[in-house]
Amino acid sequence: MQRMDGLSRRRALGAAGAGLMLPQAALAQPRRGGRIRVATMASSTSDTLDPAKGALSTDYVRHNMLYSGLTQFDGRLTPQPALAESIETRDHITWRLRLRKGVEFHDGKPLTSADVVYSLLRHKDPATASKAKAVADQFADARADGPNEVVLKLTGANVDLPSILAISHFLIVKDGVRDFRTAVGTGPYRLKLFRPGMRTIVSRNPNYWKAGRPYLDEIELIGVPDEVSRVNAVLSGDVHLTHAVNPRSVKRIQASGAHAVLETRAGMYTYLVPRLDRTPTGHPDFVLAMKHLLDRDLIRRALFRGYATLANDHPVPPGHRYHLAGLPQRSYDPDRARFLLNRSGLLNVRMPVYASPAAEGSVDMASILQEASAKIGLRLAVNRVPADGYSSTHWMKHPLMFGNVNPRPTADLMFSLFFKSDSPWNASRWRNARFDQLLIAARSETDEARRRQLYGDMQELVHDGAGAATPVFISNIDAFDRRLKGMATIPIGGLMGYSFAEYVWLEA
Amino acid sequence: MNTTLVLILRRIGIAALTLLLVSLVVFTISSLLPGDAAAEALGQSATAETLAALRAQLGLDQPAHVRYVKWLAGLVAGDPGQSFTNDLPVRELVAHRLPKSLLLAGLTAAVAVPLALTIGILSAMYRGSPLDRALNVGTLSMVAVPEFLVATIAVLIFAVKLRWLPSLTLVPENATLAQLLKVYALPVMTLSFVIVAQMARMTRAAIIDQLNQPYIEMAILKGVGPARAVMTHALPNAVGPIVNAAALSLSHLLGGAIIVETIFNYPGLASLMVDAVTSRDMPVLQACAMIFCSAYLLMVLIADVCAILANPRLRA
Repeated sequence: MQRMDGLSRRRALGAAGAGLMLPQAALAQPRRGGRIRVATMASSTSDTLDPAKGALSTDYVRHNMLYSGLTQFDGRLTPQPALAESIETRDHITWRLRLRKGVEFHDGKPLTSADVVYSLLRHKDPATASKAKAVADQFADARADGPNEVVLKLTGANVDLPSILAISHFLIVKDGVRDFRTAVGTGPYRLKLFRPGMRTIVSRNPNYWKAGRPYLDEIELIGVPDEVSRVNAVLSGDVHLTHAVNPRSVKRIQASGAHAVLETRAGMYTYLVPRLDRTPTGHPDFVLAMKHLLDRDLIRRALFRGYATLANDHPVPPGHRYHLAGLPQRSYDPDRARFLLNRSGLLNVRMPVYASPAAEGSVDMASILQEASAKIGLRLAVNRVPADGYSSTHWMKHPLMFGNVNPRPTADLMFSLFFKSDSPWNASRWRNARFDQLLIAARSETDEARRRQLYGDMQELVHDGAGAATPVFISNIDAFDRRLKGMATIPIGGLMGYSFAEYVWLEA
Repeated sequence: MNTTLVLILRRIGIAALTLLLVSLVVFTISSLLPGDAAAEALGQSATAETLAALRAQLGLDQPAHVRYVKWLAGLVAGDPGQSFTNDLPVRELVAHRLPKSLLLAGLTAAVAVPLALTIGILSAMYRGSPLDRALNVGTLSMVAVPEFLVATIAVLIFAVKLRWLPSLTLVPENATLAQLLKVYALPVMTLSFVIVAQMARMTRAAIIDQLNQPYIEMAILKGVGPARAVMTHALPNAVGPIVNAAALSLSHLLGGAIIVETIFNYPGLASLMVDAVTSRDMPVLQACAMIFCSAYLLMVLIADVCAILANPRLRA
């Protein structure tokens, strides 16, 4: 029987502290009170209070302020108990979740198993338009067993369930709620004002189930899409915290003395996708040549000024617990690329490659790739298409294009969503039966060493065969006022994995 | 006066017809955009099943002409519908944004119009002088510098370096007048930069045009001073073109403030419309387009009426 122990708050914080980049911040005594303004990179009228529909960083931050999940991530992405006090299972198919007692929604209604059952199952209904439907489809059934216990049955074994439940889309809402014009959750802050595309204001929830938290009285969340404006707003003191700062702005921020930056290596990547079901992009020599034509080090240094880590054509970032360190790093090798293309007679093809600002850094990567290809005689034409409408009109519709994948908390999700043969987001249409078998096997594998082995094998398979040339993992950079304390990294995204609100405080 | 009234009524009738045509054009063009609200909302995580469900929910599975007639009927009845992206009534979204856009436009007009008139009249009075040249060079370079550059430099100087003014235009609830002026200083300055120049140039041209007329020569020969010749004789006759120039400049303030709205993160109508385009939120997009078009028609109508009233020959 596997059991996720209810760690004490002190120990949970200690675990999060291990990933801290500012150790002195963790040692200081938190102070209560104060109001901060936070700017995320996007805000529009599609801002939502429905966790299932969360699409952008602003949504994730807002949802984490207002709602709580059954579990939550610490600084090492290990799921910690939150609304679920314990999660038990024998076979990793049927899970028993025991809920924390005495938790209240913002309107005073106590949290019960009915709320949890509703919050989990509603993702399966297509009408909910949940972003996490593909993940939630593995919930075969959920039922309440008394007011404080939920039995969740999966369609197949999945060791990672506690991690999946920590994803912000699975935050817990009230039983039966369909109208998300307001938000009633169990989160650290209560909704005070919500104007889509303008601002969200939340105030401290005095009844929060974590005693003593949160620290701030009020948070105003705005979206500032323009990066220059965002950095200026921090430097001028109008905003205390922001994210998605361009590496080029880092010097300016550090020069001010009153501000700091924090790098989060979350595993977001932009990758080149040759479609394997088309010619000539499907030729193995072509795919391998593309992987050798990406000058990873140049991309890391020139494009991201070092705020990126080298990737090895698979989705598991270095630092992840299942990252396969022994896999030789693929490097920029134009001679080998020329040899491969020459061998299969593909050197004379003329190929368009699609890039877009929607896939971060892809336009510049495409230029670097184009130049490298020109040197060996391969003619690539860069087609820069607008970010607007990218995912519906271009994504997965061209034989050679760039895409962007946001960080995922588990190796299983990284592989299942983007590389499993039958996944709708398997962009290169890579089919590998052995990979699929390993993936399913890893879901029910409880032996840690064996699991590491399985994920290692999968990385090797993707590295060798998949239509995914992944040059680097792009770091997120947060910028903040030095008076804001408690900032650390939770590597699922910037802004402490979008959940800074319950951790930070303002120094007097 | 009766003929004037008929003229104005006819103008309003034409404006209504124009709006109807615009509604058709906006609807057609917006449906030509690639992808729809459902595809944009689900983004990368879209599957055929969730797409179909969301389309049915939003009514996007109905044919275009049915959707157009429904929307138009709602609009005539005063209900522009529900936003696709967040279930809020379009009226509510617009109600939060329109006053902000009007306030920004109003404040800018209050600063820009007197300034432009002063510059225009001064340079017309002293045309050919070093003052006129200086004002000319000044206004021309103001037109030539793009808004985003003006705004960014102003933010760097006044917000980041000097810290006198905020870099974002976030209006606090229940703001005092002093707060309001401080918050609006930078965007108003940026917007004024562009429209002052246009209006001042038009004013100068219109007045000089009048100053070359025989009746001014006559007035001066009769001993009227240069200031009086301009203010009481030339200016009333130049009102028509000046008001027209002002109307064109000011109608730019409502829909054309998008760059200023982006840089100062000001929640106005223009950014609402851009959001709506990005998320394919047709009801909001169409409502914004109709508002901009109505505002434009209204400004031109007002300008025409002013010109008619100021000119006895047109009144007859």
